[in-house]
Amino acid sequence: MNFKLKDIGPQLMTVIAVVLVFGFFTYNAQVNMESRGIDFGYGFLSQESSFDVQFSLIEYDGSHSYFRAYLVGLLNTILVSVIGIIFATVLGVIVGIARLSPNYLINKFAAFYVEFFRNIPLLLQIFFWYFAALRALPLPQDAEAMFGVSFLTIKGLYVPAFIWQNFNIFFYSVVAAIIAIIVIRIHAKKLQETQGKQTPVLLISIGLILILPLLSFLIGGVRLSFEVPVLKQLATTSFIYEGGVSLPPELIALALSLSLYTATFIAECVRAGIQGVGKGQKEAAASIGLTPNQVLKLVVMPQALRIIIPPTTNQYLNLTKNSSLAAAIAYPDLVLVFAGTALMQTGKAIEIVSITMFTYLSLSISISILMNWYNKKIAITEK
Amino acid sequence: MSKINFLRPDKSNLYTFLYLGSFLFFISVLDVLLNSFFSLNITAFLPGFLSFLLPLILGFIGLYFIRIELSGIKQLDLLNKHINTNNFNAILSLLIIFIVLKSIPPIASWFFVDASFAGDSKDVCTGSGACWTYIKVWMRRFMYGMYPNGEQWRINLSFIALALLGSVGYFATDRFKKYLTLYYVVIYPFIAFLFIFFFISGGPVFFDFSYGIIAAILSIIIGFFIPSKFKFYYFLIVPLALYVLLKYFIFYEELVELGKLDGLNWVETGAWGGLSLTFIISFFCLIFCFPIGMAFALGRRSGFPLIRYISIGFIEFWRGVPLITVLFMSAVMFPMFLPADFFIDKLVRCIIAISLFEAAYVAEVIRGGLQALPRGQYEAAKSLGMGYWRMHIFVILPQALKLVIPGIANTFLALVKDTPLIFVVGLLEIVGMLNLAKTNPEWLGFAMEGYVFAAIIFWIICYAMSKYSYNLEQKYKTDR
Repeated sequence: MNFKLKDIGPQLMTVIAVVLVFGFFTYNAQVNMESRGIDFGYGFLSQESSFDVQFSLIEYDGSHSYFRAYLVGLLNTILVSVIGIIFATVLGVIVGIARLSPNYLINKFAAFYVEFFRNIPLLLQIFFWYFAALRALPLPQDAEAMFGVSFLTIKGLYVPAFIWQNFNIFFYSVVAAIIAIIVIRIHAKKLQETQGKQTPVLLISIGLILILPLLSFLIGGVRLSFEVPVLKQLATTSFIYEGGVSLPPELIALALSLSLYTATFIAECVRAGIQGVGKGQKEAAASIGLTPNQVLKLVVMPQALRIIIPPTTNQYLNLTKNSSLAAAIAYPDLVLVFAGTALMQTGKAIEIVSITMFTYLSLSISISILMNWYNKKIAITEK
Repeated sequence: MSKINFLRPDKSNLYTFLYLGSFLFFISVLDVLLNSFFSLNITAFLPGFLSFLLPLILGFIGLYFIRIELSGIKQLDLLNKHINTNNFNAILSLLIIFIVLKSIPPIASWFFVDASFAGDSKDVCTGSGACWTYIKVWMRRFMYGMYPNGEQWRINLSFIALALLGSVGYFATDRFKKYLTLYYVVIYPFIAFLFIFFFISGGPVFFDFSYGIIAAILSIIIGFFIPSKFKFYYFLIVPLALYVLLKYFIFYEELVELGKLDGLNWVETGAWGGLSLTFIISFFCLIFCFPIGMAFALGRRSGFPLIRYISIGFIEFWRGVPLITVLFMSAVMFPMFLPADFFIDKLVRCIIAISLFEAAYVAEVIRGGLQALPRGQYEAAKSLGMGYWRMHIFVILPQALKLVIPGIANTFLALVKDTPLIFVVGLLEIVGMLNLAKTNPEWLGFAMEGYVFAAIIFWIICYAMSKYSYNLEQKYKTDR
């Protein structure tokens, strides 16, 4: 009896404490909501939202429901995160490799970049780009064209829009090319394992991904045209661009600062990963007659990626969570649209904050589950 | 003299190549230098495109000529090894040299040459450079927020006193060294708390929260002198008793009415701000998040499944949400969870929210250290007959914490960099004050100066912290 008490005692006390705290909170919430005449429920999600959002990827106006507003915010969050992740990865990998360069100047330049951007709060960087740097851009009427078709102005970046005809055929051709490449890769690997023959997989892949979509243009009736933004006068001193796609300055400032900031962390991950591969590995690979490219591709990268990918995914998650700072410069992301405007209108604090947190939570947890699965898959299996 | 092949520089004509290459390289650098510092274009007679690329081409040829392996000249070999290993590296080196040369004049002129420093109104800022007068005029607001000018000596005095008290560790003699941990973990935070609660605030800012803190810390201090036989009962009863005693008998609310306790004016937390608020928040969050994080790290490694699952849930929850939503929660949702007459100050709510948030990250870092320790350490401690707490305090944690110094430092850096987010609940530390000053109609158009100023301050703080953590890591590094 005694040893059981020893085991159960601490657990029971912890559970009781947790239950008490939660019970206390729930009880107070009930009392408070009753006294303020608020009822708890998620029914408001289907009500008409009656507020407008400046920038949205899907069709939305005040007559749509609160749930639609939630989707608008979520899509905007995902948009800025994806843009940020792409740029941060490219920049981070370049800087990370530059940090290992034997060239003294490049090395120091990369180190300076990392030390500089890492030690300044992200919010300050966002404010700097949005309120100070992007405000120095020209007005729409004074903007000079970049490559003749896009305009970077104080009101945002205007780029040509793609107008597709028969887009689905093009899409299917790309999918078909990707499937064909995967099949060929599997086949080539089998061929090499059984007969030792090597197939030029890379060349075939490049050919396929170019030829199949091209065929869709020639045979499938796919047409692509561009809609170039055109300057239009609204009043004597007010100009805007019409047509094309416009990216608001909030999005540009946010994506820019997120990628510059996160790239420093990714650069450090990349550097640690490449340094983590032992020198002996490279020498051993070279001594069995692999070319430098093969050494990199077959020996160094697979081992470095094993070290690089987990912390880098963490950085991607951080970037996604940091994109919620959008609220500070009024980019309509999930926090601003839903936890800001929608909360002010409905007053449903508990419901809305919990939905917002749950959204971020499920995003993080699903990615970390994926990561754990990947880690298990690539972990070195010792024989 | 052997035949010269200009496509293949070799050692036999070393000096020809060396002089020619250095000359070309010198010309290219000189061109850029003159261009950027004196806006002279010595190659203006060429077509614009060629004139633009000429320094790069000349420099590249120059570097190509002096790239001679094993030349026997020490400096040349060093140069080749470091910036001139191959064509690609040569071009990159040239580009970096040119970019640096090109960017020095505009930056220097904006910062110093064309900048205005004198005066105390907007009128002096007519030049094209920065207007540091703006920073000078607003300095007090950036440092102290809306804290009344006449009372700011209280903040200064508190910070100086706390800095002095914090540096005690450096001067402690060997006799007192063994008490340092106790001092830093229990007594110092208590003194800091008293300073900020009574001195900077000058009044009843924290209410219930403060009674709880004082009771807890007092009881921990007294707890050291209680024989371990009674410790369990002591901690069961005394903190609560102290709390009740404090709240209803010693500092009961009528006594703590505004300004009655001492002669200081009460300054509400809404008026606190600027850099001093950044320090206050970072300081308290740093103190609170460490023990909480350590508790959850141990909880996550605990043998009791229920405690483990609760810890996992806690850690994963806080790590999965952005800080801004946590602050939103503390601002709009948290008051709903408390009794209607229960008042917790905005600043305290902020500190609790950030502490819990960062504690989850600290917990994960410490767990990494605990996992990295070999099993033998646990087994050795157990075989000596140590219990759970004794084993962790004397054997496991000292080693684990030593391992995770860099991780902890990164978390603390993240904490300092996260403090500007408190604008969500309406508290304005330095970045928030900048945004406020930016919208002042008399001082429009100086956003850039403000952000650069704040960036420099934050950069210095964060860089110093990371260097300090690096030193700490080297100091406690032991080979195992």
